[in-house]
Amino acid sequence: MAKYLLLKHYRGAPAAVNDVPMDQWTQDEITAHVQYMRDFAAKLEGTGEFVDGQALSTEGTWVRYDGEGKPPVTDGPFAETKDLIAGWMVVDVDSYERAIELAGELSAAPGKDGKPIHEWLEVRPFYGNPPTITE
Amino acid sequence: MDDALIRSLTPAVLGILVRRGADFAAAEDAVQDALIEAVRVWPDDPPRDPKGWLVTAAWRKFLDATRAETARKRREDLVEAEPAPGAASDTDDTLQLYFLCAHPSLTPSSAVALTLRAVGGLTTRQIAQAYLVPEATMAQRISRAKKTVGDVRFDQPGDVATVLRVLYLVFNEGYSGDVDLAAEAIRLTRQLAAAIDHPEVAGLLALMLLHHARRASRTAADGSLVALADQDRSRWDTRMIAEGVEILQAALAKDRLGEFQAQAAIAALHADAPEAGETDWVQIVEWYDELAKLTDSPIVRLNRAVAVGEADGPRAGLKALGELDDSLPRYTAVAAYLHERDGDEQTAARLYVEAAEKASNLAEREYLTRQAARLNRKSPPHR
Repeated sequence: MAKYLLLKHYRGAPAAVNDVPMDQWTQDEITAHVQYMRDFAAKLEGTGEFVDGQALSTEGTWVRYDGEGKPPVTDGPFAETKDLIAGWMVVDVDSYERAIELAGELSAAPGKDGKPIHEWLEVRPFYGNPPTITE
Repeated sequence: MDDALIRSLTPAVLGILVRRGADFAAAEDAVQDALIEAVRVWPDDPPRDPKGWLVTAAWRKFLDATRAETARKRREDLVEAEPAPGAASDTDDTLQLYFLCAHPSLTPSSAVALTLRAVGGLTTRQIAQAYLVPEATMAQRISRAKKTVGDVRFDQPGDVATVLRVLYLVFNEGYSGDVDLAAEAIRLTRQLAAAIDHPEVAGLLALMLLHHARRASRTAADGSLVALADQDRSRWDTRMIAEGVEILQAALAKDRLGEFQAQAAIAALHADAPEAGETDWVQIVEWYDELAKLTDSPIVRLNRAVAVGEADGPRAGLKALGELDDSLPRYTAVAAYLHERDGDEQTAARLYVEAAEKASNLAEREYLTRQAARLNRKSPPHR
């Protein structure tokens, strides 16, 4: 029982095998892709492993504290930002192996020509509670 | 009448429904509904016979749920067959439920969820909150688990070891949200110990009590971890320790040593020391040797190295550590600790930083980072 973040990047991940961008797909290819993601989430709900799934806009702003009484400083978005997160899925699974298996399946979402994208997903474990007994 | 008391009747009521012929999944749903009604109704109108009330309510809910045309025939048969009491005791039913909910065909997370609901009487929402997953996800996990064990015969004997592993998981995962899983695990283990005379069940109960007794002192007010040696021992629950020790001694007297009894013996030796400095580390090493014979867990050998370090000095501890695989969880943290004890603070600080990066939870990461920071202030690292 451990939670993992399956992280999807717009930029920053190694190149996918089938990396034709979505704006060059046919309508049917986009529909098939969206359906695959929905089915995947629904399947995880059914297996009792789904925790959360979200997609992020590409728009982002950098913000930092600028001292007492001043509004925060904002900057960006920076077009050159190397690492741009596209979204995630959080799963609650019995093993690391299962998290890897699910990420592999998610990476097989169809893209151009209905072929798997083979995109790289980042799998990150959540910190859990400290165990009481450590023997 | 408190919530825990209402829930303590869960296994007996569920057992009765199943013995009357209801299938496990439907009976479990019906009992769950009856429990919810009890929580609502009893505070204003407490029943004279709580169990009888729950059986009646659950049976009615079961009959309501099987109102479908196809089920009518079967329901009528069941009504005619009712009642069939006396075939088995509540104790047997309770035990069978534990076996069923920890059935080896279930994954650990499914077994935990099903046990908390069908034996513990917790609601799906409470279990979902405790494990920080959406209620719909937990509902599916439980419903799949029920399907998985749907064909298991209720009267088949099970394996106590699988049940103990599930209860251990519930206890050890800590707690979050409204439900205190550690206290719930103790309640369920106590109930199991009452249903079966088995030294390892007693051993696990003793182990839980001995660790639970130290809970208040295990974390500081800000939530940070306090190491065993630094804990305020006046805050330990001596009554709970005494109970744990008594249960353990009775179990050990049966001369059927197991993993949990050995772990409890180690916990008891820690609990027995009025000051950290008075801990009987020599005996603790001996218990780790016993434990290592019972399990091939490398974690046990890692903890043994710590104990050797205390009993025979840090060099001996480092030597024992050197024989283990350095990729073990907490290996680096143990190495850091032993190097500090050996006076090599720079190596210790470096290893604490490394250990912090490998920690599997935030509290441990912070603890290890603080150790590194403490040593670095004493003797700043070379840059």
